[in-house]
Amino acid sequence: MIRPAERKLLISRRSLLRLGAIGAGSLLLAGCDDAVSENPRVLAVIDKAEALTYRAQRLILPRDKLAPEYSESDIAPEFRANGSTSPSDQTYRTLASANFVDWLLAVDGLVEKPMTLSLADLRGLPARTQITRHDCVEGWSCIGKWTGAPLSEVLNRAGVKPQAKFVVFHCADRFQDGVPDDLEPGESSAAGSGGAPYYESIDFVDAYHPQTLLAYELNGKPLPIAYGAPLRLRLGRQLGYKMAKYVMRIELVDSFAQFGAGKGGYWEDLGYEWYAGI
Amino acid sequence: MSQVTMDSSPRHVTIRRHGPILRLTHWINALAWVFLLMSGLQIFNAHPALYWGRQSNFAHPFLSMTASDRDPTRGITWIAGHPFDTTGWFGVSNDANGQPNERGFPRFVTWPSEQDLATGRRWHFFFAWLFVINGFAYLLSGIISRHLVRDLWPSWSDIRDIPRSVFEHVRLRFPRERHYNVLQKLAYVSAALIALPLMVLTGLTMSPGMDAAFPWLLEVFGGRQSARSIHFITATFLVLFVFVHVVMVLISGVINNMRSMITGRYVIEEEAHDPPR
Repeated sequence: MIRPAERKLLISRRSLLRLGAIGAGSLLLAGCDDAVSENPRVLAVIDKAEALTYRAQRLILPRDKLAPEYSESDIAPEFRANGSTSPSDQTYRTLASANFVDWLLAVDGLVEKPMTLSLADLRGLPARTQITRHDCVEGWSCIGKWTGAPLSEVLNRAGVKPQAKFVVFHCADRFQDGVPDDLEPGESSAAGSGGAPYYESIDFVDAYHPQTLLAYELNGKPLPIAYGAPLRLRLGRQLGYKMAKYVMRIELVDSFAQFGAGKGGYWEDLGYEWYAGI
Repeated sequence: MSQVTMDSSPRHVTIRRHGPILRLTHWINALAWVFLLMSGLQIFNAHPALYWGRQSNFAHPFLSMTASDRDPTRGITWIAGHPFDTTGWFGVSNDANGQPNERGFPRFVTWPSEQDLATGRRWHFFFAWLFVINGFAYLLSGIISRHLVRDLWPSWSDIRDIPRSVFEHVRLRFPRERHYNVLQKLAYVSAALIALPLMVLTGLTMSPGMDAAFPWLLEVFGGRQSARSIHFITATFLVLFVFVHVVMVLISGVINNMRSMITGRYVIEEEAHDPPR
Protein backbone atom coordinates (compact mmCIF):
# COMPACT_ATOMS: atom_id res chain seq x y z
CA MET A 1 0.00 0.00 0.00
CA ILE A 2 1.63 3.18 -1.17
CA ARG A 3 0.31 6.69 -0.93
CA PRO A 4 0.20 8.74 -4.17
CA ALA A 5 3.06 10.95 -3.10
CA GLU A 6 5.12 7.91 -2.30
CA ARG A 7 4.26 6.35 -5.66
CA LYS A 8 5.42 9.43 -7.50
CA LEU A 9 8.69 9.22 -5.69
CA LEU A 10 8.96 5.53 -6.51
CA ILE A 11 8.55 6.20 -10.20
CA SER A 12 11.28 8.75 -10.21
CA ARG A 13 13.42 6.31 -8.29
CA ARG A 14 12.54 3.66 -10.80
CA SER A 15 13.74 5.88 -13.63
CA LEU A 16 16.85 6.52 -11.57
CA LEU A 17 17.34 2.79 -11.34
CA ARG A 18 16.86 2.49 -15.08
CA LEU A 19 19.50 5.16 -15.64
CA GLY A 20 21.80 3.24 -13.34
CA ALA A 21 21.16 0.04 -15.24
CA ILE A 22 21.93 1.74 -18.55
CA GLY A 23 25.13 3.11 -17.06
CA ALA A 24 26.19 -0.27 -15.76
CA GLY A 25 25.23 -1.92 -19.05
CA SER A 26 27.28 0.47 -21.14
CA LEU A 27 30.19 -0.06 -18.78
CA LEU A 28 29.92 -3.80 -19.34
CA LEU A 29 29.67 -3.29 -23.10
CA ALA A 30 32.72 -1.07 -22.89
CA GLY A 31 34.42 -3.99 -21.19
CA CYS A 32 34.24 -5.84 -24.49
CA ASP A 33 36.24 -3.07 -26.03
CA ASP A 34 39.86 -2.68 -25.00
CA ALA A 35 39.75 0.86 -26.35
CA VAL A 36 38.58 1.85 -22.87
CA SER A 37 41.13 -0.11 -20.88
CA GLU A 38 43.98 1.27 -22.96
CA ASN A 39 42.63 4.75 -23.59
CA PRO A 40 45.50 7.15 -22.77
CA ARG A 41 43.25 9.58 -20.86
CA VAL A 42 41.81 6.77 -18.77
CA LEU A 43 45.27 5.32 -18.19
CA ALA A 44 46.56 8.72 -17.06
CA VAL A 45 44.14 8.43 -14.12
CA ILE A 46 44.80 4.72 -13.56
CA ASP A 47 48.56 5.37 -13.49
CA LYS A 48 48.27 7.64 -10.46
CA ALA A 49 48.15 4.40 -8.46
CA GLU A 50 51.75 3.53 -9.37
CA ALA A 51 53.15 6.73 -7.86
CA LEU A 52 50.98 6.12 -4.79
CA THR A 53 52.30 2.57 -4.44
CA TYR A 54 55.90 3.73 -4.86
CA ARG A 55 55.56 6.48 -2.26
CA ALA A 56 53.63 4.27 0.16
CA GLN A 57 56.16 1.46 -0.01
CA ARG A 58 59.12 3.83 0.29
CA LEU A 59 57.39 5.31 3.35
CA ILE A 60 56.70 2.06 5.21
CA LEU A 61 59.72 0.11 4.05
CA PRO A 62 62.86 1.02 6.02
CA ARG A 63 65.68 1.89 3.63
CA ASP A 64 67.92 -1.07 4.37
CA LYS A 65 65.28 -3.57 5.52
CA LEU A 66 66.16 -6.89 3.94
CA ALA A 67 63.90 -9.12 1.91
CA PRO A 68 63.37 -12.51 3.59
CA GLU A 69 66.28 -14.89 3.11
CA TYR A 70 65.83 -18.63 2.99
CA SER A 71 67.87 -21.72 3.86
CA GLU A 72 69.82 -24.09 1.59
CA SER A 73 67.01 -26.64 1.79
CA ASP A 74 64.62 -24.11 0.22
CA ILE A 75 66.66 -23.74 -2.99
CA ALA A 76 64.48 -24.61 -5.99
CA PRO A 77 65.46 -27.87 -7.71
CA GLU A 78 64.36 -26.28 -10.97
CA PHE A 79 64.84 -22.50 -11.11
CA ARG A 80 62.92 -21.24 -14.11
CA ALA A 81 64.92 -19.26 -16.66
CA ASN A 82 62.75 -16.57 -18.15
CA GLY A 83 62.98 -13.81 -20.77
CA SER A 84 66.15 -14.07 -22.84
CA THR A 85 67.93 -17.34 -22.25
CA SER A 86 70.44 -17.29 -25.12
CA PRO A 87 71.21 -13.83 -26.54
CA SER A 88 72.04 -13.90 -30.24
CA ASP A 89 74.15 -10.73 -30.25
CA GLN A 90 77.43 -11.41 -32.10
CA THR A 91 79.68 -9.62 -29.61
CA TYR A 92 78.04 -11.46 -26.78
CA ARG A 93 78.45 -14.83 -28.49
CA THR A 94 82.15 -14.14 -29.04
CA LEU A 95 82.61 -13.26 -25.36
CA ALA A 96 80.61 -16.31 -24.29
CA SER A 97 82.65 -18.69 -26.48
CA ALA A 98 85.79 -17.50 -24.66
CA ASN A 99 84.10 -18.03 -21.29
CA PHE A 100 83.83 -14.26 -20.76
CA VAL A 101 87.57 -13.78 -20.07
CA ASP A 102 87.49 -10.73 -22.36
CA TRP A 103 84.20 -9.43 -20.98
CA LEU A 104 84.38 -6.00 -19.34
CA LEU A 105 81.73 -4.15 -17.39
CA ALA A 106 81.70 -0.43 -18.13
CA VAL A 107 80.72 1.93 -15.33
CA ASP A 108 80.21 5.46 -16.57
CA GLY A 109 77.83 8.40 -16.82
CA LEU A 110 77.56 10.65 -13.78
CA VAL A 111 80.52 9.16 -11.92
CA GLU A 112 83.75 10.77 -10.78
CA LYS A 113 85.86 7.97 -12.19
CA PRO A 114 84.52 6.01 -15.17
CA MET A 115 85.92 2.49 -15.08
CA THR A 116 85.82 -0.93 -16.58
CA LEU A 117 85.78 -4.08 -14.50
CA SER A 118 86.59 -7.62 -15.52
CA LEU A 119 84.92 -10.63 -13.94
CA ALA A 120 88.11 -11.14 -11.91
CA ASP A 121 87.89 -7.53 -10.70
CA LEU A 122 84.28 -8.07 -9.61
CA ARG A 123 85.16 -11.33 -7.87
CA GLY A 124 87.90 -9.43 -6.06
CA LEU A 125 85.39 -7.08 -4.46
CA PRO A 126 83.75 -7.94 -1.14
CA ALA A 127 81.09 -10.54 -1.97
CA ARG A 128 77.65 -11.25 -0.61
CA THR A 129 75.77 -14.53 -0.86
CA GLN A 130 72.01 -14.57 -0.34
CA ILE A 131 69.26 -17.15 -0.73
CA THR A 132 66.31 -15.10 -1.87
CA ARG A 133 63.02 -15.57 -3.61
CA HIS A 134 62.64 -14.49 -7.21
CA ASP A 135 59.09 -13.34 -7.99
CA CYS A 136 58.16 -13.13 -11.64
CA VAL A 137 55.56 -10.57 -12.70
CA GLU A 138 53.68 -13.54 -14.19
CA GLY A 139 53.03 -14.84 -10.69
CA TRP A 140 55.47 -17.68 -10.03
CA SER A 141 58.35 -17.74 -7.53
CA CYS A 142 61.69 -19.60 -7.33
CA ILE A 143 64.27 -19.56 -4.55
CA GLY A 144 67.95 -19.44 -5.49
CA LYS A 145 71.33 -18.72 -3.96
CA TRP A 146 73.02 -15.72 -5.51
CA THR A 147 76.59 -14.58 -5.04
CA GLY A 148 77.93 -11.30 -6.28
CA ALA A 149 79.40 -7.93 -5.52
CA PRO A 150 77.00 -5.48 -3.87
CA LEU A 151 76.31 -2.72 -6.37
CA SER A 152 77.23 -0.21 -3.66
CA GLU A 153 80.85 -1.50 -3.73
CA VAL A 154 81.10 -0.65 -7.42
CA LEU A 155 79.31 2.68 -7.06
CA ASN A 156 81.55 3.76 -4.18
CA ARG A 157 84.66 2.98 -6.22
CA ALA A 158 83.39 4.89 -9.24
CA GLY A 159 82.21 7.82 -7.12
CA VAL A 160 78.61 8.89 -7.62
CA LYS A 161 78.17 12.47 -8.74
CA PRO A 162 75.54 14.34 -6.69
CA GLN A 163 73.28 14.98 -9.68
CA ALA A 164 72.92 11.25 -10.42
CA LYS A 165 69.37 10.01 -9.74
CA PHE A 166 69.18 6.61 -11.40
CA VAL A 167 71.39 3.66 -12.21
CA VAL A 168 70.79 2.32 -15.73
CA PHE A 169 71.79 -1.20 -16.75
CA HIS A 170 72.53 -1.80 -20.43
CA CYS A 171 72.29 -5.43 -21.48
CA ALA A 172 73.44 -7.69 -24.29
CA ASP A 173 70.03 -9.25 -24.96
CA ARG A 174 67.44 -7.84 -27.33
CA PHE A 175 63.68 -8.21 -27.62
CA GLN A 176 61.27 -7.83 -30.53
CA ASP A 177 57.68 -7.01 -29.46
CA GLY A 178 58.14 -8.69 -26.11
CA VAL A 179 59.79 -11.80 -27.58
CA PRO A 180 63.46 -12.40 -26.78
CA ASP A 181 65.81 -12.44 -29.77
CA ASP A 182 67.27 -15.74 -28.67
CA LEU A 183 69.60 -18.08 -30.48
CA GLU A 184 67.72 -21.26 -31.32
CA PRO A 185 69.44 -24.55 -30.48
CA GLY A 186 71.79 -25.42 -33.36
CA GLU A 187 72.06 -21.84 -34.57
CA SER A 188 75.61 -20.56 -34.36
CA SER A 189 74.83 -16.87 -34.46
CA ALA A 190 72.13 -14.54 -35.69
CA ALA A 191 72.58 -12.68 -38.95
CA GLY A 192 71.91 -9.34 -37.33
CA SER A 193 70.20 -8.61 -34.05
CA GLY A 194 66.83 -6.97 -34.43
CA GLY A 195 64.54 -5.46 -31.86
CA ALA A 196 65.31 -3.29 -28.90
CA PRO A 197 68.10 -3.82 -26.38
CA TYR A 198 67.10 -4.78 -22.84
CA TYR A 199 67.76 -2.15 -20.25
CA GLU A 200 66.60 -1.39 -16.74
CA SER A 201 66.91 1.38 -14.17
CA ILE A 202 66.63 1.72 -10.41
CA ASP A 203 66.84 4.58 -7.95
CA PHE A 204 69.56 4.96 -5.30
CA VAL A 205 67.45 3.53 -2.48
CA ASP A 206 67.58 0.23 -4.34
CA ALA A 207 71.09 0.78 -5.71
CA TYR A 208 72.59 1.06 -2.20
CA HIS A 209 70.41 -1.67 -0.66
CA PRO A 210 72.58 -4.46 0.80
CA GLN A 211 70.79 -7.15 -1.23
CA THR A 212 71.32 -5.36 -4.53
CA LEU A 213 74.01 -7.47 -6.14
CA LEU A 214 75.89 -7.72 -9.38
CA ALA A 215 75.59 -11.48 -9.28
CA TYR A 216 78.07 -13.78 -10.99
CA GLU A 217 77.07 -17.05 -9.31
CA LEU A 218 73.83 -19.00 -8.98
CA ASN A 219 73.72 -21.82 -6.43
CA GLY A 220 77.51 -21.77 -6.02
CA LYS A 221 78.34 -22.09 -9.74
CA PRO A 222 79.24 -19.47 -12.32
CA LEU A 223 76.05 -17.93 -13.66
CA PRO A 224 74.81 -20.04 -16.61
CA ILE A 225 73.92 -18.22 -19.85
CA ALA A 226 70.19 -18.90 -19.38
CA TYR A 227 70.31 -16.96 -16.10
CA GLY A 228 72.23 -13.95 -17.40
CA ALA A 229 75.93 -14.85 -17.64
CA PRO A 230 78.34 -13.43 -16.89
CA LEU A 231 76.63 -10.83 -14.69
CA ARG A 232 73.08 -9.99 -13.73
CA LEU A 233 71.39 -7.64 -11.32
CA ARG A 234 69.70 -9.00 -8.20
CA LEU A 235 67.23 -6.92 -6.18
CA GLY A 236 65.62 -8.17 -3.01
CA ARG A 237 62.42 -6.18 -3.04
CA GLN A 238 61.22 -5.96 -6.64
CA LEU A 239 59.91 -8.28 -9.35
CA GLY A 240 62.06 -10.31 -11.72
CA TYR A 241 61.89 -8.06 -14.77
CA LYS A 242 63.81 -5.35 -12.91
CA MET A 243 66.77 -7.70 -12.51
CA ALA A 244 68.57 -7.16 -15.80
CA LYS A 245 70.55 -10.12 -17.17
CA TYR A 246 73.67 -9.98 -19.41
CA VAL A 247 74.69 -6.61 -17.94
CA MET A 248 77.36 -4.94 -20.12
CA ARG A 249 77.34 -1.40 -18.90
CA ILE A 250 76.20 0.54 -15.86
CA GLU A 251 75.41 4.17 -16.52
CA LEU A 252 74.50 6.75 -13.90
CA VAL A 253 72.04 9.36 -15.11
CA ASP A 254 69.82 12.12 -13.82
CA SER A 255 66.96 11.06 -16.11
CA PHE A 256 66.18 7.94 -18.13
CA ALA A 257 64.02 9.81 -20.66
CA GLN A 258 66.66 9.38 -23.38
CA PHE A 259 66.60 5.56 -23.39
CA GLY A 260 64.09 3.48 -25.35
CA ALA A 261 60.62 4.94 -25.04
CA GLY A 262 61.75 6.82 -21.92
CA LYS A 263 59.99 4.74 -19.28
CA GLY A 264 63.14 3.43 -17.65
CA GLY A 265 63.27 -0.14 -18.91
CA TYR A 266 62.44 -2.51 -21.74
CA TRP A 267 59.23 -3.83 -20.13
CA GLU A 268 58.39 -0.42 -18.73
CA ASP A 269 58.37 0.86 -22.33
CA LEU A 270 55.72 -1.79 -23.02
CA GLY A 271 53.51 -0.62 -20.16
CA TYR A 272 54.82 -2.38 -17.04
CA GLU A 273 55.37 -0.34 -13.89
CA TRP A 274 58.80 1.19 -13.33
CA TYR A 275 58.43 0.49 -9.63
CA ALA A 276 57.91 -3.26 -9.36
CA GLY A 277 57.79 -3.68 -5.58
CA ILE A 278 54.23 -4.93 -5.98
CA MET B 1 16.94 2.54 11.84
CA SER B 2 14.48 5.23 12.79
CA GLN B 3 10.86 5.02 11.86
CA VAL B 4 10.17 7.61 9.21
CA THR B 5 6.60 7.18 8.01
CA MET B 6 3.57 5.09 8.75
CA ASP B 7 1.42 4.52 5.72
CA SER B 8 -2.29 3.73 5.60
CA SER B 9 -1.78 0.05 6.26
CA PRO B 10 -0.82 -0.71 9.81
CA ARG B 11 1.57 -3.42 8.68
CA HIS B 12 3.74 -1.45 6.22
CA VAL B 13 6.35 0.80 7.69
CA THR B 14 9.09 2.63 5.83
CA ILE B 15 12.33 2.66 7.72
CA ARG B 16 15.72 4.16 6.96
CA ARG B 17 17.71 1.02 6.53
CA HIS B 18 21.10 2.19 5.24
CA GLY B 19 22.92 5.39 6.02
CA PRO B 20 24.53 7.50 3.28
CA ILE B 21 28.11 6.36 3.96
CA LEU B 22 27.11 2.71 3.86
CA ARG B 23 25.24 3.18 0.59
CA LEU B 24 28.07 5.11 -1.03
CA THR B 25 30.77 2.69 0.08
CA HIS B 26 28.61 -0.25 -1.04
CA TRP B 27 28.43 1.01 -4.62
CA ILE B 28 32.07 2.07 -4.80
CA ASN B 29 32.93 -1.37 -3.47
CA ALA B 30 30.75 -3.02 -6.11
CA LEU B 31 32.46 -1.07 -8.90
CA ALA B 32 35.95 -1.75 -7.54
CA TRP B 33 35.13 -5.41 -7.04
CA VAL B 34 34.09 -5.92 -10.67
CA PHE B 35 37.33 -4.37 -11.95
CA LEU B 36 39.48 -6.14 -9.36
CA LEU B 37 37.97 -9.49 -10.28
CA MET B 38 38.31 -9.06 -14.04
CA SER B 39 41.80 -7.56 -13.95
CA GLY B 40 42.75 -10.22 -11.40
CA LEU B 41 41.74 -12.95 -13.84
CA GLN B 42 43.84 -11.16 -16.48
CA ILE B 43 46.84 -11.29 -14.12
CA PHE B 44 46.15 -14.94 -13.27
CA ASN B 45 46.18 -15.75 -17.00
CA ALA B 46 49.87 -14.74 -17.23
CA HIS B 47 50.65 -17.95 -15.31
CA PRO B 48 47.43 -19.95 -14.91
CA ALA B 49 48.71 -22.30 -12.23
CA LEU B 50 48.56 -22.27 -8.43
CA TYR B 51 50.93 -23.76 -5.87
CA TRP B 52 51.24 -24.22 -2.12
CA GLY B 53 54.26 -23.04 -0.18
CA ARG B 54 56.98 -20.47 -0.68
CA GLN B 55 57.70 -21.10 -4.33
CA SER B 56 56.40 -22.71 -7.51
CA ASN B 57 56.81 -26.44 -7.89
CA PHE B 58 56.16 -26.30 -11.63
CA ALA B 59 55.64 -30.07 -11.97
CA HIS B 60 52.91 -30.14 -9.33
CA PRO B 61 50.56 -27.17 -9.31
CA PHE B 62 47.42 -27.94 -7.33
CA LEU B 63 45.41 -26.15 -9.99
CA SER B 64 46.33 -25.30 -13.57
CA MET B 65 44.63 -24.45 -16.85
CA THR B 66 46.30 -25.56 -20.06
CA ALA B 67 45.62 -26.71 -23.59
CA SER B 68 45.57 -30.48 -24.02
CA ASP B 69 48.86 -32.03 -25.15
CA ARG B 70 47.04 -34.24 -27.65
CA ASP B 71 44.55 -31.70 -28.97
CA PRO B 72 45.51 -28.03 -28.63
CA THR B 73 41.89 -27.00 -29.19
CA ARG B 74 40.82 -28.70 -25.95
CA GLY B 75 41.19 -26.85 -22.65
CA ILE B 76 42.07 -28.90 -19.59
CA THR B 77 41.78 -27.77 -15.98
CA TRP B 78 43.90 -29.85 -13.63
CA ILE B 79 42.80 -29.96 -10.01
CA ALA B 80 45.02 -31.94 -7.62
CA GLY B 81 46.29 -34.02 -10.54
CA HIS B 82 42.88 -34.76 -12.04
CA PRO B 83 42.11 -33.44 -15.55
CA PHE B 84 38.75 -31.90 -16.42
CA ASP B 85 37.77 -30.86 -19.94
CA THR B 86 36.85 -27.18 -19.64
CA THR B 87 37.09 -26.19 -23.31
CA GLY B 88 35.53 -22.81 -24.01
CA TRP B 89 35.92 -21.69 -20.41
CA PHE B 90 39.30 -22.55 -18.91
CA GLY B 91 42.49 -23.58 -20.69
CA VAL B 92 41.26 -22.96 -24.22
CA SER B 93 38.65 -20.42 -25.29
CA ASN B 94 37.88 -18.47 -28.43
CA ASP B 95 39.78 -15.32 -29.34
CA ALA B 96 38.20 -12.21 -30.91
CA ASN B 97 38.06 -14.00 -34.28
CA GLY B 98 36.36 -17.08 -32.87
CA GLN B 99 39.52 -19.19 -33.03
CA PRO B 100 40.40 -21.48 -30.11
CA ASN B 101 43.22 -19.95 -28.13
CA GLU B 102 45.17 -21.18 -25.11
CA ARG B 103 44.46 -18.99 -22.09
CA GLY B 104 43.38 -19.51 -18.48
CA PHE B 105 40.14 -17.56 -18.25
CA PRO B 106 38.19 -16.58 -21.38
CA ARG B 107 38.31 -13.07 -22.82
CA PHE B 108 34.76 -12.21 -21.74
CA VAL B 109 35.68 -12.29 -18.04
CA THR B 110 39.10 -10.59 -18.14
CA TRP B 111 39.97 -6.89 -18.12
CA PRO B 112 41.24 -6.03 -20.62
CA SER B 113 39.80 -8.82 -22.70
CA GLU B 114 42.97 -9.36 -24.76
CA GLN B 115 45.93 -10.97 -23.00
CA ASP B 116 47.74 -7.93 -21.58
CA LEU B 117 49.34 -8.43 -18.18
CA ALA B 118 50.81 -4.91 -17.95
CA THR B 119 47.44 -3.20 -18.42
CA GLY B 120 45.68 -5.72 -16.16
CA ARG B 121 48.14 -4.94 -13.36
CA ARG B 122 47.72 -1.19 -13.68
CA TRP B 123 43.93 -1.47 -13.42
CA HIS B 124 44.17 -3.99 -10.59
CA PHE B 125 46.36 -1.79 -8.41
CA PHE B 126 44.34 1.35 -9.12
CA PHE B 127 41.13 -0.33 -7.98
CA ALA B 128 42.98 -2.02 -5.12
CA TRP B 129 43.78 1.43 -3.74
CA LEU B 130 40.20 2.59 -4.25
CA PHE B 131 38.93 -0.61 -2.63
CA VAL B 132 41.20 -0.29 0.42
CA ILE B 133 40.45 3.41 1.00
CA ASN B 134 36.73 2.76 0.54
CA GLY B 135 36.92 -0.28 2.82
CA PHE B 136 38.52 1.75 5.60
CA ALA B 137 35.78 4.38 5.25
CA TYR B 138 33.16 1.63 5.55
CA LEU B 139 34.80 0.02 8.59
CA LEU B 140 35.35 3.33 10.34
CA SER B 141 31.77 4.45 9.82
CA GLY B 142 30.52 0.96 10.73
CA ILE B 143 32.42 1.05 14.01
CA ILE B 144 31.43 4.61 14.92
CA SER B 145 27.77 4.09 14.05
CA ARG B 146 27.84 0.65 15.71
CA HIS B 147 26.40 -0.77 12.46
CA LEU B 148 28.88 -3.65 12.50
CA VAL B 149 28.12 -4.69 16.08
CA ARG B 150 24.42 -3.89 16.07
CA ASP B 151 23.33 -5.04 12.61
CA LEU B 152 25.94 -7.50 11.34
CA TRP B 153 27.44 -9.40 14.23
CA PRO B 154 25.14 -12.38 15.01
CA SER B 155 23.90 -12.68 18.60
CA TRP B 156 23.37 -15.93 20.47
CA SER B 157 19.67 -15.78 19.80
CA ASP B 158 20.55 -15.38 16.10
CA ILE B 159 22.70 -18.50 16.22
CA ARG B 160 19.86 -20.45 17.82
CA ASP B 161 17.62 -19.14 15.04
CA ILE B 162 19.73 -20.68 12.25
CA PRO B 163 17.56 -23.81 11.68
CA ARG B 164 14.38 -21.76 11.43
CA SER B 165 16.04 -19.26 9.10
CA VAL B 166 17.36 -22.03 6.87
CA PHE B 167 13.85 -23.49 6.71
CA GLU B 168 12.40 -20.10 5.73
CA HIS B 169 15.00 -19.68 2.99
CA VAL B 170 14.36 -23.17 1.64
CA ARG B 171 10.68 -22.29 1.32
CA LEU B 172 11.75 -19.05 -0.42
CA ARG B 173 9.95 -17.03 2.24
CA PHE B 174 11.62 -13.70 2.83
CA PRO B 175 9.73 -11.69 5.44
CA ARG B 176 10.58 -7.99 5.31
CA GLU B 177 11.92 -7.45 8.75
CA ARG B 178 13.54 -4.59 10.54
CA HIS B 179 16.74 -6.53 11.10
CA TYR B 180 18.84 -8.83 8.97
CA ASN B 181 18.08 -12.51 9.43
CA VAL B 182 20.89 -14.66 10.76
CA LEU B 183 21.87 -16.11 7.38
CA GLN B 184 22.19 -12.59 6.01
CA LYS B 185 24.33 -11.61 8.97
CA LEU B 186 26.60 -14.61 8.51
CA ALA B 187 26.89 -13.97 4.77
CA TYR B 188 27.72 -10.29 5.23
CA VAL B 189 30.18 -10.92 8.06
CA SER B 190 31.98 -13.61 6.06
CA ALA B 191 32.20 -11.40 2.97
CA ALA B 192 32.81 -7.93 4.40
CA LEU B 193 34.74 -8.72 7.56
CA ILE B 194 36.57 -11.93 6.62
CA ALA B 195 36.90 -12.48 2.86
CA LEU B 196 37.57 -8.90 1.76
CA PRO B 197 40.27 -8.21 4.41
CA LEU B 198 41.75 -11.60 3.49
CA MET B 199 41.93 -10.47 -0.15
CA VAL B 200 43.88 -7.38 0.90
CA LEU B 201 46.31 -9.29 3.12
CA THR B 202 47.00 -12.10 0.64
CA GLY B 203 47.34 -9.50 -2.11
CA LEU B 204 49.93 -7.60 -0.08
CA THR B 205 51.79 -10.85 0.61
CA MET B 206 52.41 -11.20 -3.12
CA SER B 207 54.31 -7.89 -3.12
CA PRO B 208 58.07 -8.38 -2.66
CA GLY B 209 58.27 -4.91 -1.15
CA MET B 210 55.59 -5.65 1.44
CA ASP B 211 57.22 -8.99 2.25
CA ALA B 212 60.39 -7.12 3.17
CA ALA B 213 58.44 -4.64 5.28
CA PHE B 214 56.19 -7.23 6.97
CA PRO B 215 57.77 -10.70 6.76
CA TRP B 216 55.08 -12.05 9.15
CA LEU B 217 52.66 -11.91 6.21
CA LEU B 218 54.57 -14.83 4.70
CA GLU B 219 54.42 -16.76 7.97
CA VAL B 220 50.68 -16.20 8.32
CA PHE B 221 49.83 -17.49 4.85
CA GLY B 222 52.56 -20.12 4.49
CA GLY B 223 54.59 -18.43 1.75
CA ARG B 224 54.03 -16.25 -1.28
CA GLN B 225 52.63 -18.97 -3.50
CA SER B 226 50.19 -20.09 -0.81
CA ALA B 227 49.09 -16.47 -0.44
CA ARG B 228 48.49 -16.32 -4.20
CA SER B 229 46.38 -19.49 -4.02
CA ILE B 230 44.39 -18.23 -1.02
CA HIS B 231 43.86 -14.95 -2.90
CA PHE B 232 42.38 -16.95 -5.78
CA ILE B 233 40.22 -19.23 -3.60
CA THR B 234 38.89 -16.28 -1.59
CA ALA B 235 38.07 -14.50 -4.85
CA THR B 236 36.14 -17.61 -5.91
CA PHE B 237 34.23 -17.51 -2.63
CA LEU B 238 33.42 -13.82 -3.27
CA VAL B 239 32.11 -14.65 -6.74
CA LEU B 240 29.75 -17.17 -5.10
CA PHE B 241 28.79 -14.62 -2.48
CA VAL B 242 28.01 -11.97 -5.08
CA PHE B 243 26.03 -14.47 -7.15
CA VAL B 244 23.87 -15.48 -4.17
CA HIS B 245 23.66 -11.85 -3.02
CA VAL B 246 22.34 -10.68 -6.41
CA VAL B 247 19.89 -13.60 -6.66
CA MET B 248 18.56 -12.84 -3.18
CA VAL B 249 18.20 -9.14 -4.02
CA LEU B 250 16.19 -10.13 -7.10
CA ILE B 251 13.86 -12.68 -5.49
CA SER B 252 13.20 -11.07 -2.10
CA GLY B 253 11.68 -7.83 -3.38
CA VAL B 254 14.01 -6.21 -5.88
CA ILE B 255 12.47 -2.71 -5.80
CA ASN B 256 12.44 -2.53 -2.03
CA ASN B 257 15.97 -3.92 -1.79
CA MET B 258 17.44 -1.67 -4.46
CA ARG B 259 15.70 1.36 -3.03
CA SER B 260 17.12 0.63 0.39
CA MET B 261 20.67 0.63 -0.99
CA ILE B 262 20.13 3.72 -3.17
CA THR B 263 17.89 6.02 -1.08
CA GLY B 264 18.13 4.21 2.25
CA ARG B 265 14.36 3.67 2.51
CA TYR B 266 13.06 0.16 3.06
CA VAL B 267 9.46 -0.93 3.62
CA ILE B 268 9.01 -3.56 6.30
CA GLU B 269 6.03 -5.57 7.46
CA GLU B 270 5.81 -5.16 11.19
CA GLU B 271 5.10 -8.35 13.06
CA ALA B 272 2.05 -8.94 15.25
CA HIS B 273 3.86 -8.31 18.51
CA ASP B 274 4.80 -4.81 17.43
CA PRO B 275 2.75 -2.10 19.09
CA PRO B 276 -0.53 -1.33 17.30
CA ARG B 277 -0.76 1.97 15.47
